[in-house]
Amino acid sequence: MLNSTELLAIPALPLIASLVVGLFGWALKEKLSHTITSASVILSALLSAHVFTQVLGGASFYGNFWTWMLSDTFVVPVGMMIDQLTVIMMLTVTVVSSCVHIYTIGYMHGDPGYSRFFSYISGFTFSMLVLVMGNNFFTLFFGWEAVGLVSYLLIGFWFKRESANFAAMKAFIVNRVGDFGFLVGVLAIWYYFGSFDYRDVFAQVPALVAQGDSLHFLGWEMSAITFICLSLFVGAMGKSGQVPLHVWLPDSMEGPTPISALIHAATMVTAGVFMVARCSPMFEYSETALAAVVFVGAVTAWMCATIGLVQTDIKRVIAYSTCSQLGYMFVACGVSAYSAAIFHLMTHAYFKALLFLAAGSVIHAVMAEQDLRKMGQLRKAMPVTYITMLIAALALSGVPPFAGFWSKDLIIEAVGAREMGLVGDFAYFAVLSAVFMTAFYTFRMFFLTFHNSDRVAAKTKPHVHESPKVITIPLMILAVGALLTGAWGVMGLDIANPEIANGYFGSSLFVLDAHNPLMTLAEEGEHGWYHFVFTAPFWLAISGIGLAYAMYFRETDMPAKLAAASKPVYTFILNKWYWDELYAKTVMYPAQGLGRWLWQKGDLAMIDKGLIHGGIVGGVLAGMNRMRAMQTGYVYHYAFAMIIGVFATLTYLVLKG
Amino acid sequence: MVPLSAYLAVAACLFSIGIVGLFLNRKNVLIILMCIELILLSVNINLAAFSHFLQDISGQIFIFFVLTVAASEVAVGLAILVAYYRNRRSINVDDINTLQG
Repeated sequence: MLNSTELLAIPALPLIASLVVGLFGWALKEKLSHTITSASVILSALLSAHVFTQVLGGASFYGNFWTWMLSDTFVVPVGMMIDQLTVIMMLTVTVVSSCVHIYTIGYMHGDPGYSRFFSYISGFTFSMLVLVMGNNFFTLFFGWEAVGLVSYLLIGFWFKRESANFAAMKAFIVNRVGDFGFLVGVLAIWYYFGSFDYRDVFAQVPALVAQGDSLHFLGWEMSAITFICLSLFVGAMGKSGQVPLHVWLPDSMEGPTPISALIHAATMVTAGVFMVARCSPMFEYSETALAAVVFVGAVTAWMCATIGLVQTDIKRVIAYSTCSQLGYMFVACGVSAYSAAIFHLMTHAYFKALLFLAAGSVIHAVMAEQDLRKMGQLRKAMPVTYITMLIAALALSGVPPFAGFWSKDLIIEAVGAREMGLVGDFAYFAVLSAVFMTAFYTFRMFFLTFHNSDRVAAKTKPHVHESPKVITIPLMILAVGALLTGAWGVMGLDIANPEIANGYFGSSLFVLDAHNPLMTLAEEGEHGWYHFVFTAPFWLAISGIGLAYAMYFRETDMPAKLAAASKPVYTFILNKWYWDELYAKTVMYPAQGLGRWLWQKGDLAMIDKGLIHGGIVGGVLAGMNRMRAMQTGYVYHYAFAMIIGVFATLTYLVLKG
Repeated sequence: MVPLSAYLAVAACLFSIGIVGLFLNRKNVLIILMCIELILLSVNINLAAFSHFLQDISGQIFIFFVLTVAASEVAVGLAILVAYYRNRRSINVDDINTLQG
């Protein structure tokens, strides 16, 4: 049994730091603000590491602390469930968050919203910890909404920029669609199981499946469990930027770069993957939901990779890469390789956070320029950033022995091993071709930034320099993560064990034996460490890097020629498959039109003109003007009215008898 | 023996004079005060007459209350009048209409 005080301290420390710095930030100096928040998050990371070692030793925790809401049989407790799945998330969140806190000290130095920023990111750490540590769907929902709120606040952090405000609103509104689905799922869980508690709910799932309840929804007949899983997955699609709800994620790059690294790459956007893995005892019983997860994940992985090929904004390339990699994780969940999904989530958190922070370091050096066309030849000026970003790029491309290779390879093999008909074949094609594209766009970005020709603007040149230690040290820490977590996961933690119950995850993930792709893989035979040389992903990654080298290492005319040769395709993906335009035409303009109509006709014409000036108020006003004339101010008029009144009353009383 | 109706007739006359005085007077606020006194006195006569004919002393006791009220009303009224005159240099009824709507 784990110490509950220690467990409570892990989310409580960032919360307290966030409140103190948020409420009293106006009175605190920069140094005090970042000391309080960074210290509490680092302490929280150390505690998480301690809990992690205890869980490795076989400890776990399950219990309620307080009752949050109580209404007859509707009980919402606040509790925690600490198992292998939870601790790996806790460790990832707090470690990346600590690195980002330290990095931010250098990156946001001198910003007028300095302490506000620190308050937000500590608050985010708290919310994310609540999300992963809770033991019921309601605390999950609380964390889910809280991270969404902080994400909104941080995308719009520079609130004087119009584009930042638009991006924040877009993220919020798109997430609303997903969160609605999620809420429907949570309420359906209450309806069918009468509990929000993970253990209660998961224990009842087989009974519900055996009972064979079905319901009609929008004209489809589906089983109750499929309905619940699909609703929850809609929430995951919104939060994790899956097609068609991915449009907010690239725009969220309007926020400061540390936020892109922490929230929009490493942690918050992976909440959907975590949720699906947590609910594996439910998803396992719904083939339809699993197929939907695979399909959406595969489409996202492939489509966002194509968009990443042509983007010119350094952060947007990485953002589309994040969408694409999240697609990989969902594909892994869908083929029941939850352990591979969480493994990729962890390695991705390190190398993608590193990629973003390194990009931030570059942006910092070239005076807030984000356009790849205005960079180049930066490697000599910024050696540390160069090396760390190279590590991250190799990890993202899936080159052994870097972290991304281990997890991505596992996912691809799992997809290949699982028989899912047409959807499975499509997913296999998508993840394989996305490997090539991932390697290509990553190194395209890398070469354009650090090699190629020097295209830095003349007035920026003297400013180019390596970032201070407070920025480079977090990069180095994360580089260690991007180097080692993959090998550590497979060899140290035994994450890839096909018999999940015997591997790292133990009973925290649930896979039906009937469709365990890792088991199928294992039955095909034991592979040696050199196995990757014989598989397609490795050579696809190498050829992707090779093509990027040929096209972008030195300045060539190949990119321009290629773009001209495939103009329609190039324009199509350069415009991000016209998703924004589609939503603008089908949702945004009609909604704005409706709003304008209600404003002009409903508010101005009907209420203001019709009711206020013409109807009720107009009538009252006219009546009042007449009544006003009766108030002459002469005493004898009032006396006369009184006497008349008395006579009238008396006459009435006398006549009535 | 004077009959009750004679008392009531006198009281009614006094009352009517008071009322008419209230309305017809457009000049002087003092006259309004005097008219109110007349109305109250007519009521007093009624009270005394009924008290006598019904052999009930409470009517006469009531007269004292009415007299007291009338006296204090005059005191307050005159005080207001004096204050008003100081401000406006006039106690013309037609001038006192600042409360009109």
